[in-house]
Amino acid sequence: MKYELSKKVEQLAPSGIRAFFDLVLGMKDVISLGVGEPDFVTPWHVRESAINSLEEGYTSYTSNKGMPELRKQIVKTLKHKYNLTYDWDEETLITVGVSEGLDLVMRAILNTGDKVLVPEPVYVSYGPVVELAGGKPAVLKTDINNGFKLTPQQIEKACVKGVKAIMINYPCNPTGASYTKKELEDIARVVKKKGLIVISDEVYDELTYDFDHTPFASLKGMKDHVVYLNGFSKAYAMTGFRIGWACGPRKIIAAMTKIHQYTILCPPITGQMACIEAMKHGQRNVQNMKKEYNRRRKYIVKALNDIGLDCHMPQGAFYVFPSIKKTKMKSMDFATKLLDEQKVALVPGVAFGQGWDNCVRISYASSYESLKEAIKRIDAFVKGK
Amino acid sequence: MDEILEILTNDARVTPEEIAGLTGKSVAAVKKAIKQYEKDGVIVKYKTLINQDLARDTSKFVRALIEVSVSPQKDVGFDKIAERIYNFPEVKSCYLVSGAYDFLVEVEGESIHTVSNFIASKLSPMESVQSTSTHFLLKKFKEDGQILAKGSEEKRLKISI
Repeated sequence: MKYELSKKVEQLAPSGIRAFFDLVLGMKDVISLGVGEPDFVTPWHVRESAINSLEEGYTSYTSNKGMPELRKQIVKTLKHKYNLTYDWDEETLITVGVSEGLDLVMRAILNTGDKVLVPEPVYVSYGPVVELAGGKPAVLKTDINNGFKLTPQQIEKACVKGVKAIMINYPCNPTGASYTKKELEDIARVVKKKGLIVISDEVYDELTYDFDHTPFASLKGMKDHVVYLNGFSKAYAMTGFRIGWACGPRKIIAAMTKIHQYTILCPPITGQMACIEAMKHGQRNVQNMKKEYNRRRKYIVKALNDIGLDCHMPQGAFYVFPSIKKTKMKSMDFATKLLDEQKVALVPGVAFGQGWDNCVRISYASSYESLKEAIKRIDAFVKGK
Repeated sequence: MDEILEILTNDARVTPEEIAGLTGKSVAAVKKAIKQYEKDGVIVKYKTLINQDLARDTSKFVRALIEVSVSPQKDVGFDKIAERIYNFPEVKSCYLVSGAYDFLVEVEGESIHTVSNFIASKLSPMESVQSTSTHFLLKKFKEDGQILAKGSEEKRLKISI
């Protein structure tokens, strides 16, 4: 039978790195610096509470917006950590990871043809969720010489007719770039002037190393502009539980909830129960993991620069995005040959936007031993080119 | 705890050069700090944690935890009695604890008989020792924060965005 598929879906650019990923997944004894999730297993007290919830028979649906206890806990934590105030019932929604939050907010705010500013390099789903919601992504390229940070000037310049919102992700996947309060305030001024909605993905907020993380919504006058997205995956090493949240203006959260209730109903209760425990009692684990990542960050940046791969010092997350210019190879070529010759996996820069073929993403969410061995092999590879 | 000590607690083989890389401190500063820690007795020794059950013939050694109740001596308290106990090479560890007894002593020997002999001929006859209660160890699961069973394979995907 001949299927006629949705034009919108057919027009979505296919992921160019699928084949490379399959190659890595099919190979044995690979040292991988290509993983976008923590190398820690979810702390035992959290896993234990998930097991306990199953034993006690918590296997039902929850309220569409998510369990009140979890929403209250999130709101309490945000108030305590950032002095950021949200109403737990009207301004908070539990989502299936930040991924669902991104999709919901786009579908909630966009009309056909609306433009959304999307920074690059960028997490793979940003462009597609805008397009699937009928919007048009407008790319804001960042610069390695500026630590991959957006500048207020470039945002202002890009605010042509039809631009409704801006997506921002800090600390950033894939670059690790983050912003100081002062830098965010400068961006906030443009946001205010242009009346933009900010979709702020702060899922790596707990992994900020050189200064305190500032939520965009906590900046003066910004709360009404911002949909704040976060989740449990990175801070608590809970990627597989698939729990995130969205906080924002009532009207937007209500619209997002409308879509969510028809499509998702609610995130799995086991994950929600585990997240209550994580947020209530997990802070010590978060700090320990952060300390460990910070050490690896310092190690990897120095090691890559020593090899001759130009690498900036990222302020957060667990990624670096070094330039491979010196090898004169394209990122996919570099990644494929490195895998083939040295059995080291990393993600080609081109996965994060067409303009990033001279960079690769390296994740340091791997044991120090693996990092050391991988660096040895990358060094041998680069020297041989 | 200082970051240098944290790193060494986890892996004593990490070199000062590597510690410098991991902490952002200079190699000289790391070396100096380590020397000072050694001098002050903060760093006591660099040892390897070995799973004895795999490394040795388990029929040729036993370990026991012994609860020891004592009557402290005038002026010297528990320290003097502890010294009498921990100086025996059979004693692997010795703690003063709160609760129903005073010392928790870990003893190793070639067999149940050698351990029993040690208790009967050395430990119990001590003047200040009132009573002992011995528990032979059957299996060690975790030591110094380290789970001894071999870790299971990593479950996460080898590559992801």
